[in-house]
Amino acid sequence: MADIALNARHDPEAAAATRRYFWNRFLIYAVLTLFAVIYLAPLLVVVFNSLREQSDIARNGLISLPRSFRLDAWAEAWGTYCVSGTCEGMKRNFFNSLWMTIPATLISTLLGAMNGYVLSKWRFKGSEILFNLMLLGVFMPGQISLMPWAFLLGKLGLTNSTYGLVLIHVVQGISFTTLFCRNFYVSIPDDLIKAARIDGAGFWRIFRKIILPLSPPILIVTVIWQFTGIWNEYLFGVVFTSGQQQPITAALVALTAGGTTARAYDVMSAAVLIGALPPLLIYLFGGKYFVRGLTQGAIK
Amino acid sequence: MSALMIRDLHKSYGGLEILAGINLEARTGEFIALVGPSGCGKSTLLAMIAGLETVTSGEIWIGDRLVNSVQPKDRDIAMVFQSYALYPTMTVRQNITFGMESRGVPKAEQAEAVKRVAALLQIEQLLKRKPGQLSGGQRQRVAMGRALVRDPKLFLFDEPLSNLDAKLRVDMRTEIKKLHHRVGKTTVYVTHDQVEAMTLASRIAVMNQGSVQQFDTPKRIYDRPTNMFVAGFMGSPAMNFIPARLTGSTSISVRAADGSDAALALAAPLPAGAPKDVVLGVRPEHIYRFTTDLKSRKPAVESMQAPVELVEPTGAETLAVLRLGDLEITGRFEPDDAPVMGETITLGIDMSRACLFDPATKALL
Repeated sequence: MADIALNARHDPEAAAATRRYFWNRFLIYAVLTLFAVIYLAPLLVVVFNSLREQSDIARNGLISLPRSFRLDAWAEAWGTYCVSGTCEGMKRNFFNSLWMTIPATLISTLLGAMNGYVLSKWRFKGSEILFNLMLLGVFMPGQISLMPWAFLLGKLGLTNSTYGLVLIHVVQGISFTTLFCRNFYVSIPDDLIKAARIDGAGFWRIFRKIILPLSPPILIVTVIWQFTGIWNEYLFGVVFTSGQQQPITAALVALTAGGTTARAYDVMSAAVLIGALPPLLIYLFGGKYFVRGLTQGAIK
Repeated sequence: MSALMIRDLHKSYGGLEILAGINLEARTGEFIALVGPSGCGKSTLLAMIAGLETVTSGEIWIGDRLVNSVQPKDRDIAMVFQSYALYPTMTVRQNITFGMESRGVPKAEQAEAVKRVAALLQIEQLLKRKPGQLSGGQRQRVAMGRALVRDPKLFLFDEPLSNLDAKLRVDMRTEIKKLHHRVGKTTVYVTHDQVEAMTLASRIAVMNQGSVQQFDTPKRIYDRPTNMFVAGFMGSPAMNFIPARLTGSTSISVRAADGSDAALALAAPLPAGAPKDVVLGVRPEHIYRFTTDLKSRKPAVESMQAPVELVEPTGAETLAVLRLGDLEITGRFEPDDAPVMGETITLGIDMSRACLFDPATKALL
């Protein structure tokens, strides 16, 4: 065998195959690069504009390579830019978003985990029906519940407050978190629960000591999903809050609608980026866990 | 005193009856095997003893306590699962102490108990590992350790060996038997493997379709199966069932391969009222090559001719498929004395070990 390989002459078919392979790869990567550029171009434009001088933008147009560089627009967008009379930038709205997103994410994830635990491991008569009803929430568009929420927030005295938005996002998010967790917990063997019950553990002890320690993969998924979803949500923020109470997504709109002066594209770009940063960071650092958590079962 | 008593136990899901009136009893220290084909209800029965399934009707007593509505944790039982059910995120030590933690046993006592059990099962060097880092046999040991540490009234095993490979299964079977001798706890052991049941149990309950067919010692179950189901289920290769006709109070005739009838004398007369048509049940090891010497050693041996259709040597023994009328029966022979394919041999059937069944009721006559 070795001899044959050593004595082999130039093989035209093998060479052709290598060439074909090269051109195949070349074509694939060319197409991929093209689409990546198309997809990334808007982001690039915004990043550039946030760093350009307003005069540069005015002279050379919105879409152009930067000929100037400064960070002033970021500082202005963050802290001093004036929107309808108040000159505080996006800072307050950014923190509104944070104080809305963090509790809503944590509470909805915890409730989802508990729901999933009950619906997969402590089934009762009608629990499947209940689960299917909860699933309806996944397919329900948010605007359907605008009126009921308006009524409820009014009754609770939570209109124009971050707490109201937290409540909305917790409730609206339960369908998703329950679905994620329940489907993950189904793959945990029932024997574990039985063994723990014989070992003397009750409902909560089993949840804390056996289910939760197995949960990080799916909890990471739900946290990423909820955080991104709630942060980027816009409709409820615009409808139920105004001015200083608005989350950043809603406030960005007010920015564009502002006043009589010339549009400050540099500040707007920086503001948009500030608003997009948290989900972007979450994706950059958590993305791989997200995929892993969705594809991996509970027990390896 | 009996450690476990089950009276007229029923279980049904909706209209589907899983268990139809189970009566069982285990004396203190006894090893009871529940054996039967899949779907016979043996695992459901065990889960009901453990309290993991509700009772539809009937009574379960553990010791002198009616436990029908007692929580699993308060039944004073320990259970080993087929899947082992080790807590994957905990170390072996934490797995073993989890039950004691739940019950609030003092730390010092826990450490003492772990030490004792780990020594007993020789798993000291595994205590810091997680279940994922253990082999099948090691997991099995840890699962037993978790049960043993409880010192319960009753041990429940749910097919604990069926996830192991063949060799390990035999080793662990021996270990379980030794362990039971040493610890002497009352044990209920579910298995579908009749060899496990025969080797381990002091008494076997053979189950089929939700009811106990026979509850007796392994020897009685093997020698005097109460019906054709038990006879066919226990023993491998299975008992041969040969249709036969009663020709007198102590003789029957069976159809030979050439179509003629062969007369066989019974070892004992049948009770009055036995049907004309019967089924002769003969275990493969009670079929011999007929010799006058054999007849003088075992006077109840009856002879007839049978062609050899197939020979299967297994090493320790040789199985031969023999033709009788239009059915095939299996005989078990010494390899040195085994028939060869194509040969027609004179069989010796030990009628003193044979069973007769009523073909209509399938019951032993």
